[in-house]
Amino acid sequence: MRDGKVVKGVQFRNHEVVGDILALAERYRNEGADELVFYDITASPEGRSVDRSWINRVAEVLDIPFCVAGGIRSLQDAEEMLNFGADKISINSPALARPELISELARRFGSQCVVVGIDSRDEDGVYRVYQNTGDPDKTSRAGRETVAWVKEAEQRGAGEFVLNCMNQDGVRQGYDLQQLALVRENCTVPLIASGGAGAPEHFSDVFEQAHVDGALAASVFHKQIIEIGALKKYLQEHHIEVRLS
Amino acid sequence: MSAASTTVAIIDSGGANIASLQFALQRLGARPLLTSDHDIIRQADRVILPGVGAARAAMTRLHEKGLDALVPTLTQPLLGICLGMQLLFDGSDEDDTDCLGLIEGRARLFEAAPDRPVPHMGWNRVEKTRNARLLDGIPDGAYFYFVHSYAVDPVATTTGSTDYGRVFTSVVRKGNFMGTQFHPERSGENGARLLQNFLHLVD
Repeated sequence: MRDGKVVKGVQFRNHEVVGDILALAERYRNEGADELVFYDITASPEGRSVDRSWINRVAEVLDIPFCVAGGIRSLQDAEEMLNFGADKISINSPALARPELISELARRFGSQCVVVGIDSRDEDGVYRVYQNTGDPDKTSRAGRETVAWVKEAEQRGAGEFVLNCMNQDGVRQGYDLQQLALVRENCTVPLIASGGAGAPEHFSDVFEQAHVDGALAASVFHKQIIEIGALKKYLQEHHIEVRLS
Repeated sequence: MSAASTTVAIIDSGGANIASLQFALQRLGARPLLTSDHDIIRQADRVILPGVGAARAAMTRLHEKGLDALVPTLTQPLLGICLGMQLLFDGSDEDDTDCLGLIEGRARLFEAAPDRPVPHMGWNRVEKTRNARLLDGIPDGAYFYFVHSYAVDPVATTTGSTDYGRVFTSVVRKGNFMGTQFHPERSGENGARLLQNFLHLVD
């Protein structure tokens, strides 16, 4: 999201407006999404927080869990979002800048609502964490290796990880199964795969081969290349347990 | 009584995030009111005991406002949600807490396993164990949304159960006191139907 509109980039560049938040939220809920994540990708790089009134409007129409990511630097930021009705908050760059934030959030609100988002890139066989990925001009290495960061964040109280594999993001060639499987082996809390979904088989592959707990996608849903209800039926036919209402 | 006129007192035990619950009740046409006022709670058509956080802290807050004495005297349908359901039972292993004692049973911690992280968080199935008005119109094995680390073993009054490494009480009813371990306000159509059933209970 940027300025209250939903955007989705290709490898985090060149965002295009794809729809109004509430209409999209309801559409995904009706198609059978299990959870929604709202990212304000402009928040961290520009050193500001989101205008949060929209969270309350989302909570008003939505009856499935949703997570808000972007610009959470303090307990007050998180508390405001949770009070507006968000079920979880997701932190990324601010956690890299000050890892204690994860511990503070977990102590105050419980690990169950503290998601740590990680943008990770394969560089000659080493997975490295990137920060401020919402703005191509400010995106930089965080100086951490991905697996080590996952372990530290979990120890600090992260209740869930969303691992966005940047090499795959927006190109629809499939999830980074190798990287996700490696991270899966190195954490015990739920792991959500992100980046690369382009076809139904990419989803079955990531559940079967990387054993992730959830699969996140944006562009294939925004652009209506894949319909969530049809995807879940496909997964059920492949003996992957899904919630069909 | 039509749902449009149904007043729902949501007991304010402090700390709980109840925006989603208030919106869910409003979508069903009810009038939710967050309160710790004894008279308002006593006069409401329905009462909901929500709860997030830890059992002892929640019981302490109820006690500070005299609500631990009030709740057992209520006669209208009362629904405990998540920790609010656990508070209806005898006690919880969480900080070795004495709860309201309205239903026999005790909450105890899940044991984490490599494929079963704790807290238990996400969608899971509810199997009907007895005929239950709360679950009218909801298919057996329907999915609901859970977030919890402690759970109560099935008891005589359990009406729905769920399996997460061990089978536990996910829906319970004893007289006018009922509860769900999951969050109906976050459980899509099935959750909305359960709340609607609660608003329309006639017995």
